[in-house]
Amino acid sequence: MTILSILIPVTLCMGCVGLAAFFWSLRNGQYEDLSGDAERILFDDDRPLPTPATKETSP
Amino acid sequence: MMSKLTGFERTKAMLITGTGALVGLVMAAAGHDNAMGAHGWIVLAFCAVLFFFVANAAYGPEPTEDRATSYYDDPTKVGIILSLFWAVVAMGMGVWVAAQLAWPDFRFDAAWSSFGRIRPVHTSGVIFGFGGNALIATSYHIMQRTCRARMPDQITPWFVLLGFNLFCIVAASGYLMGVTQSKEYAEPEWYADLWLVVVWVAYFVLYMRTLARRNEPHIYVANWYYMAFILVVAVLHIVNNMAVPASFTGAKSYSAFSGVQDAMTQWWYGHNAVAFFLTSGFLGMLYYFLPKRAERPIYSYRLSILSFWGITFFYIWAGSHHLHYTALPHWVQTLGMTFSVMLLLPSWASAGNALMTLNGAWHKVRDDATLRFMMVAAVFYGLSTFEGSFMAIRPVNSLSHYTDWTIGHVHAGAMGWVALITFGSIYALVPVLWRRETMYSWKAVEWHFWLALSGTVIYIFAMWNSGIIQGLMWRTYTESGTLRYSFVDTLIEMHPYYIARTFGGLLFFVGACIGFWNVVMTIRHVPRAVPDLDYPTSSEAMEPAVPVAE
Repeated sequence: MTILSILIPVTLCMGCVGLAAFFWSLRNGQYEDLSGDAERILFDDDRPLPTPATKETSP
Repeated sequence: MMSKLTGFERTKAMLITGTGALVGLVMAAAGHDNAMGAHGWIVLAFCAVLFFFVANAAYGPEPTEDRATSYYDDPTKVGIILSLFWAVVAMGMGVWVAAQLAWPDFRFDAAWSSFGRIRPVHTSGVIFGFGGNALIATSYHIMQRTCRARMPDQITPWFVLLGFNLFCIVAASGYLMGVTQSKEYAEPEWYADLWLVVVWVAYFVLYMRTLARRNEPHIYVANWYYMAFILVVAVLHIVNNMAVPASFTGAKSYSAFSGVQDAMTQWWYGHNAVAFFLTSGFLGMLYYFLPKRAERPIYSYRLSILSFWGITFFYIWAGSHHLHYTALPHWVQTLGMTFSVMLLLPSWASAGNALMTLNGAWHKVRDDATLRFMMVAAVFYGLSTFEGSFMAIRPVNSLSHYTDWTIGHVHAGAMGWVALITFGSIYALVPVLWRRETMYSWKAVEWHFWLALSGTVIYIFAMWNSGIIQGLMWRTYTESGTLRYSFVDTLIEMHPYYIARTFGGLLFFVGACIGFWNVVMTIRHVPRAVPDLDYPTSSEAMEPAVPVAE
């Protein structure tokens, strides 16, 4: 079953990518306001969010 | 549609389609003595048509709209139409395939119409043509809305959508000519596989670029499901299709793996195609369109995130349950079985979350067939994931494996879950996308709903019955220890169920045709409603858009 020596590492690597993404989402504060996040998609017409303002303008 | 492209973008599009046409010509010349040549002509024709379409508008006026004030919806619209077109073609093929099993004369004595060739047209057509186009189209819609940002450019979305459809056409036409790798859900030959890699990488990059532009700090959970779908399918596709072409001028290759190694790779791919193509992506659809249509947030957003990570980490290990009682080492089978049972948790979390979201809005489910599509899809999702975990248990599998029960299980998922959530999402999306007040005919939506539901139920019950009868007959021994029934005995028992299955599939197919008709009529005959405010938030969108020449 030499194939397992390919499939298992590939699968573990994908798991690690997932784990990294998960930790990123934690650190990034993605889960700070869960109920707000769930509600906001229902409003298409809300005002511009106070975007991290400098994002667009900074050089 | 062309009027939204700038001159530079039109030139770019001509360059891409022109190159594609050249590649087609080279393929046609190189593979002139086999099916690859025919594929070359198909690629050439596909790219040439697109080239002339663009070239026709090459010197048209430059667009004047301010891109920051609107989402880019043209590719989404085309994707929805293509999805429905594939649905009608592939489900029609499905009915034909089913009829051939009940009445073999329906082959009409041609090679191209034999069961082994048109069955993959049905499976690939439904999964990739119908499901894939719906996923691409809805992902374009959802990522822009939930990020409150427009897609970064106007060429990549077209490249991904049309490139993917070229793949589907090459795949389907290849099957009819007998071109196949003989790998379930991965039949297309090496050049089609290579092309899909290019398209898929472009898709992932497009998604990431849009997310990077987001004006909403939070990434809505649907996006995570779509990203998992794109990323994992890319890796699976590449590993499973590793093959050595017999020659670079022919449509024939040999897998890099052999025997049970190849089988393991195939089902590592195959089961995760179900997991990440047919589940993850469609859950993304569910988590966006269900709350939108019900006009209430998802019951537990926390649970939706938890079940996302659960599915992502568990699913990938479950593939080996397709190879119980084979040459595969026992511990690998047990590993697959264990993860399959564990999967029930995140799966039911999603199904329950969807139903709890509707709790308190049942009057909407009663009145609105669109929402009912999504509700029933969630029920079937719960049902088929339970059934899947159950069937993955080794002793159960000894009864169900190789019987029609498996076919019934697949269709509970594909018809009951995937197709119903897709139709529900399309009915929710079409009026928003084309700025119509409602669908053309709500009665037609009702008809579609009941046809689809009764078709699914008839189909599944027929296959459950025939599968279990088949399994029991195969394992019945006489007193002297020989098999009691011959294969033909079981076949005779199956016949009535095969007729019922064809009938159920026919109902489902008619429903899809009605749906296609209804969408076309909505676009053509329902008057434009005043658009809801629906735009990215980075712009000065509150002001009326001032036409600015770029």
